Amino acid sequence: MSNATVIVVTSGKGGVGKTTSTAAIASALAKQGYKVCAVDFDVGLRNLDLIMGAERRVVFDLVNVVRGEASIKQALVRDKKLDNLYLLPASQTRDKDALTDEGVASVINELRMYFDWIVCDSPAGIERGATLAMRYADEAIIVSNPEVSSVRDCDRIIGLLDSKTVVAEDGGRMPKHLLITRYDVERAKLGDMLAVDDVVDILSVPLIGVVPESRDVLKASNVGLPVTVSDEASPASKAYTEATQRLLGEDIPVTIPSEKKGLLGKLFKGRAA
Amino acid sequence: MNIMAFFGRRDDSASVAKNRLKILLEHERGGNSSSDAKLISSLREDILAVVARHINIDPDAVQLEMDRTGDTTTLGIDIELPDTDIRKSA
Repeated sequence: MSNATVIVVTSGKGGVGKTTSTAAIASALAKQGYKVCAVDFDVGLRNLDLIMGAERRVVFDLVNVVRGEASIKQALVRDKKLDNLYLLPASQTRDKDALTDEGVASVINELRMYFDWIVCDSPAGIERGATLAMRYADEAIIVSNPEVSSVRDCDRIIGLLDSKTVVAEDGGRMPKHLLITRYDVERAKLGDMLAVDDVVDILSVPLIGVVPESRDVLKASNVGLPVTVSDEASPASKAYTEATQRLLGEDIPVTIPSEKKGLLGKLFKGRAA
Repeated sequence: MNIMAFFGRRDDSASVAKNRLKILLEHERGGNSSSDAKLISSLREDILAVVARHINIDPDAVQLEMDRTGDTTTLGIDIELPDTDIRKSA
């Protein structure tokens, strides 16, 4: 048996940062020397390839492998910077039933033989793609923005993790980690935004990291590099690196790395509501 | 003055958000309600058995209700007794 760990990065709601977080954490793990595979489960709307800058090297994908049209080794795309980081892309098919439970089980089992960490990027929603992405996971990273709809959807996802996964069906309890993204310390201080403690209190999941709202995340995606690779000094990058250390079992306090920008910079920073 | 008051007391929008979520999620958490239902059903059977040993009652006359509010859970037991001849002869 292998010692691989399968992690699902999930949230329920779309646009909270699952793909960004998958790429950043997978890269941070690879930088520590582990053999890592990032798997895109968002069949029909794949984007992990684009965020990791691998979009032009995708030949085969997860659905090809599940259907037996390609081997896993044919479908894996090696990262352009990190030799021990691979991507298993999602397909662009519109067939919602392209993934089968047995097919995913066999892919995950094979990946366990080759890698130390398998990081599964879940699609949004609570349907087939999302439940299959979490089904064979050993641990879950739950990504939430400090915002009501995101927190509510995470609560639904926690319910699924505790009922629809193999770990849960075997009577176990899926270890879960809460990653809060797009956090704004100033707004939380002013009471304009749910604070870290509020979200932890509501969801009752141990905190693995707080990623501040940062311009560097968009800049990293523009050039197709995970933020932990593109700009190691960026607050977002530091937050993801710290979260990864905690994932590896290091006992370090959660900090919220901050931008070095002045007040003017903050005032002119456009933010989505 | 108003702005400063907002710092100390948490009557800001984030507190409203937190309270709304807490109330909403209590209702949406399916796990609790299904295990609650099992608990209520077995409690109801036991209570009915005990009461029926002493009093002639209609099985439907025993009503249990569990209420979770914040950190407190209360169990309400409502037993409707017949008007007359309630004691079983010993």
